[in-house]
Amino acid sequence: MEPILECRGLEKQYGKGVQALRGINLTLSKGRIVGLLGPNGSGKSTLIKLCNGLLTPTAGSLSIQGQPVGPQTKLSVSYLPDRSYLNDWMRVEELVHFFADFYSNFDTAKAYDMLQRLGINPRDRLKALSKGNQEKVQLILVMSRQVPLYLLDEPIGGVDPAARDYILNTILSNYSEDSTILLSTHLIADVEKILDDVIFLKQGEVVLSSPVDQLREEHRMSVDALFREVFKC
Amino acid sequence: MTWELNEDRPIYAQLIEQIQRRIISGVYQPGERLPSVRDLAAEASVNPNTMQRALSELERSGLVFTQRTNGRYITQDQDRIQEIKRTLARQEVETFLGHMASLGFDRVQTLEILKDITTKEV
Repeated sequence: MEPILECRGLEKQYGKGVQALRGINLTLSKGRIVGLLGPNGSGKSTLIKLCNGLLTPTAGSLSIQGQPVGPQTKLSVSYLPDRSYLNDWMRVEELVHFFADFYSNFDTAKAYDMLQRLGINPRDRLKALSKGNQEKVQLILVMSRQVPLYLLDEPIGGVDPAARDYILNTILSNYSEDSTILLSTHLIADVEKILDDVIFLKQGEVVLSSPVDQLREEHRMSVDALFREVFKC
Repeated sequence: MTWELNEDRPIYAQLIEQIQRRIISGVYQPGERLPSVRDLAAEASVNPNTMQRALSELERSGLVFTQRTNGRYITQDQDRIQEIKRTLARQEVETFLGHMASLGFDRVQTLEILKDITTKEV
């Protein structure tokens, strides 16, 4: 299958001390939903930030559709950060306009459609929304871009279980077979059903990378249970 | 009918089983057109690729067939459906016997209890 993202011998060191990632070799193929799983501080966000060019690797290479990560790949990657960077005084409709202005591959009609289905009033200011709805707005903006690679850092962290299902369904029904989604999360049980593959990160290294159903077959347990075993404290 | 997926088995295998049950119980009628992969996946909240895999397996076993560009249909072959029905029934009974064995009942004892219960109910 056609690779969307490729990492070879990827290393990231912060300052002199912290080695956040070491020797990462990964290939993500087209049309897959991949879960990036690992405990706090295992390097999930660092890996995601390297993939979208917010950080530069200490060593190794990273490419998206064969192009090295850089200004040219920004258009091919839609990134949901683990915290909000949007101006909270803006109305939702202004944010939609802002994104449409910024990204040539932003689909405004799709954004409004999703807002409507998730019951968010475009006239509301971001800061007037609940935390859960703010997260939904962010996700809608990110998923409304038509790109080959979506990087979602903790997309369901701050919302209740019912909204979680809703958000996951939004992701499922809005991604196209040509796109790849890499999403990081601690809430494994919730996302397990929608993942094709999982990657386990432990102290900056990939300890496991496999299709979900293969893991379930081999270990006779859910990915959630396996995670608890691998990362037992 | 809701989609029930449990923890410890591959998801595609469970999807296959649930679709088989729907065909046997008549939720999906013989010759009926199945919803699209995407709709089925959304309904079960699973990855479309996983649903696709389950449907391909069902196709291989002859329960479902594809009409080019027209979608997927349930087989009209009643013999095939009855066959799957019997296979699932056997599986259920095996599971039941396994549970009884873990309670310390052998097959003869289990059969006695079964007879007792069924005669009382009639």
